[in-house]
Formats: sequence, structure tokens, C-alpha cells
Amino acid sequence: MTAGLARPGWRMKRLSVLPGFGLTLGFALVYLSMIVLIPLAGVVWRSASLGWPEFWRIATDPRTLNALKISFGGAFIAALVNVVFGTLIAWVLVRYRFPGRRLIDAMVDLPFALPTAVAGIALATLYAPNGWIGSLFAPFGVKIAFTPLGILIALIFIGLPFVVRTVQPVMEEIDREVEEAAATLGADRPQTVWRVILPGLAPAILTGFALAFARAVGEYGSVIFIAGNIPYVSEIAPLLIVIRLEEYNYAAATAIASVMLAISFAVLLVINLIQAWSRRRFGYGS
Amino acid sequence: MAASRRGTATIRSAVSENPATRGILIAVALGFLGVFLLLPLLAVFTQAFAKGVSAYLEALAEPDSRSAIRLTLLVAAIAVPLNLVFGVSAAWAIAKFDFKGKAFLTTLIDLPFSVSPVISGLVYVLLFGSSSLIGPWLMRHGIQILFAVPGIVLATIFVTFPFVARELIPLMQDQGTADEEAALSLGATGWQTFRRVTLPNIKWGLLYGVLLCNARAMGEFGAVSVVSGHIRGLTNTMPLQVEILYNEYNFAGAFAVASLLALLALVTLAIKTLLEFRYGSAISGAARH
Repeated sequence: MTAGLARPGWRMKRLSVLPGFGLTLGFALVYLSMIVLIPLAGVVWRSASLGWPEFWRIATDPRTLNALKISFGGAFIAALVNVVFGTLIAWVLVRYRFPGRRLIDAMVDLPFALPTAVAGIALATLYAPNGWIGSLFAPFGVKIAFTPLGILIALIFIGLPFVVRTVQPVMEEIDREVEEAAATLGADRPQTVWRVILPGLAPAILTGFALAFARAVGEYGSVIFIAGNIPYVSEIAPLLIVIRLEEYNYAAATAIASVMLAISFAVLLVINLIQAWSRRRFGYGS
Repeated sequence: MAASRRGTATIRSAVSENPATRGILIAVALGFLGVFLLLPLLAVFTQAFAKGVSAYLEALAEPDSRSAIRLTLLVAAIAVPLNLVFGVSAAWAIAKFDFKGKAFLTTLIDLPFSVSPVISGLVYVLLFGSSSLIGPWLMRHGIQILFAVPGIVLATIFVTFPFVARELIPLMQDQGTADEEAALSLGATGWQTFRRVTLPNIKWGLLYGVLLCNARAMGEFGAVSVVSGHIRGLTNTMPLQVEILYNEYNFAGAFAVASLLALLALVTLAIKTLLEFRYGSAISGAARH
């Protein structure tokens, strides 16, 4: 760093000798605008031009409301399940040594890498009444595929790595001395875990929850094969957008999309707030 | 002696779980991963080969499946390099210079990750569809974007947009500008500095980003499904072909094409793990994702 030359408050990088600032920033901005910003603004503009009464009529249509409820409710429950098992998996991977640990660690990213349509048909086949897992439940009259339970299974699948990969690095950084201190002060192991370790992991777990939730809300490919797609029962919001588009009902598709976008951006904002808070409180951002 | 050993054992159990708890936790974690990750993967390959190897090969040799494979390769071959150039440009500007609105720009780059794939496709339908501002003009000039290859490429670029940039930005920020400044002061041109100094520094991180970008580009379903129009042999990518075959109850065919995509995922994971293992520090600026 050339910090020695810099007066306080004076950023040397502003006067960087490096070339290409205008060119690279210019290209990045133009490309970003053309691919992302202008098309996204189009959705906002389109739904604004619907007018409030029309927008409200579509957004509160019972079928739309049900689809939104299924997508957001399903995503919420799946993210909760993932928080429990994701944190546990991260713990096992960070703290314990057992054969095949590296392989299993690598496998956790499978839902990131496996195309959603492939996951979708695989899960539908597994959980169908005659599938490997579905046939275990069928004798008890429990149907998983083609019911809301199936949606949950798919959302748990795609959300899992978000929790593990957010919690794992923070867990690796935990200072073991704090645990020893707790132990010497007379805490037993469950107390140490609940009172000392988990509070420190809370921001990472919350971020993982929010990321898994955000991903699950918009998920389409892995869900539609296993969901059964019955309106009012197991029809997710992204599927309803596709159905409206196929009917050339662009207004309805746009309205549903903008409701989803608004909620997704709110979640994004919450994630940023959690991270800012955790940086202040714990000195790290996940 | 006995007392001291007992003392050690107590402390050890206080900073770690006892073997029984440990065993149960490992079993629960492995059981969960086995049911949720391993079984679906096994199901893909078992179903693909359910009717034998020759049926498998036949399904892949089918003209529509072959054209889907070709289209997927073509789309990735266009989308990935474009996002690569964007990622390097954006990372250069953001990591090597200070300017107002930098944090905001970084947030905007990540935006496509928080948008539902279906909405990523929808934005282009609204932009280029017949009821849009430029839709009629495009139609008059015979330019087909929706339900054709350009639309599929655009939707793929959108969903894979942040991959390269988000790997490179933290990495290049960590590396600072000292190396480049040294090269420039020794008389190198800007391009020489980038090629001979910056690029070798970021190559593993770049490869990591491209790998993830490519996996998503080839596997994208929702966004592409909205803009493709599902014209067999023309605008079906591999994931769309999987859907069509599956909905026609041609499970052997669907899982045969799906097995290629699953194989791609496994190869991606293998290279990714290798990169993290071998060049961990050279890609460590990047959040593991």
C-alpha cells in the first residue's frame, strides 16, 4: 500500500495509476443495465401501468393468494427444517473426523450443481407411491409426491447447502478456548452449546435461513414434477406465473411476479441488516 | 493417577460430546444426507439404465435429444464467455478503484440470484413480447428473440450473471494493487499488466467462477422454459428435453438425458473440490458457494 504517502481521509486509489477504470466500469454498467436492470425495471413499469385497482384485484385473487401462501409457507417450513439439519451437518463436518468426511463435505453442494429439472424428476420418482421412499409410506396411507408434502421435500433439497455453507465457515472460526472457559466455570456440555456456541452462530444461522428461504420461494424446476400442481392445493406461485403467461395473461403474470419480487428484495434487505448487525456485534460478517 | 485421568476425561467431555452423542449426531447427519442427496442421485442413474445400456444409448442418440445437447452446449458457449468478460471488467473496476456507489453496484450484480428463475424469463417476455414497446418493431424486421435461441441465451446470461464477478471481486480486493503498480512503474502497458500480472494471480478463482457459471448455464430450467416456446428439435435445451420426455411417460429417455446433466454436476463438484483443496488460498477471497 502507498498509505505512507496518504494523508488521513485521502484515498490514494482515487488517483490510481492503474489504467482501464473508465473502460471496465463503463462496460460493466452498460452490460448490467442491458441484461438485468432494464428488463427488471420493465416488470415494475408494467405492473405500475396496470393501475392499483387492477393490480389489487389480481394480487388478491384467491388462486393467486393460495399460490403465494404455498410458496412462502412451504419455503418457510423448509428453511426451518434446513436450519436444524444444516447446522447439525455443519457441526458434524467441522468438529468430527470420520471416514469419508471430505467426500460428504463435497456432496453437500450437490443441490447447487444438479440441474433443478433433474432433481425434480428424481424426487418425484423416489417419493411416488411406487417409488423407493414413497412405497415405505404408502401402506400407512401417507402420500408424499403430488401433495404439499412433496413440495416441502423439494424445497428442503434445494435449500440445504445454503444453511451448511453459511454456518460452516463461521463454526470453523469459533475459538475453542471460550468453550474451555465455559467448562472450567462449571458449565456442562449442553449448557456450553446452548449458551456459548449457538448465540455466536445465530447471525450465520439466520443468514442461512434467509438465503434458503429466498431460494425456495422462487424455486420452480425441482418442485413442479413432485407437486402435483393442483390449483389451491399444491400450485406454487412461479408455476402460476407460467400458467398465466401461457394464457397470454401478461397482466396477471406481471402482478404476481412483482409481489414476489417485492418480498424477495425485502428478504435481501433483511439479510444485509443481519450481516451488518453481526459485524457490529460479533466482529465478522457471514 | 486415577484422579488425574478422570480429571482430563471430564474436561474433554466438557469441550466435546461423549462418544455416544457423537455417534448419534454423525448418524443423523449422514442419514439425512443419504436420503436427501444420495438417493436422488442414485435414482437418476438406476432409472436411466433400467432398460439396459442399449436402451440408454438409443435414448441419447434420438435426434431431438441430440439437438437438445447441441443447443445446451451452444447456449453455454455464448453465455459463459460473455459473463466471464463482464465478471473480469466489473471486478477490475470494483476491486482496484475507489468510487462512490461501489457497495450498491456490488449488490446490484448479485440481484439475479434473488430473482425467481421464472421471473428471470418473464422479464424478457415482457421486454420482447408482442405487447411490448419493441416487440412489433422486431416482428416487422423479422427478428425473432423469444421462442428462439437469442431469448434462451439472454435468459441464461441473466441467471448466471453474478457467478464470475462474485468470485473475483473479493479475491481481487484481497490482492490489492501493489503488483500492478510495480508492473506499470517498470514500463508495462495496461494490457501487459493485466495479462502478465493480474491474470496469473486470479486464474484459479476465475476458473472456479467459470465452472459454477457453466454448470448453472447448462442446467437452467425455469428461466429458459419461459422463453423457449418448447419447439422440439429447435428450442429445447437438455433440461427442457428432460421435462418433455418425462411428461410423455418416456422415463428411460428422460432419465438418460438427466443422467448426462447429473454427470455434469458430479464432474463440476469434483473439479470444484479439487480447486478448493489444491488452490484454496488462491480462490479463498471467494465465499464458498
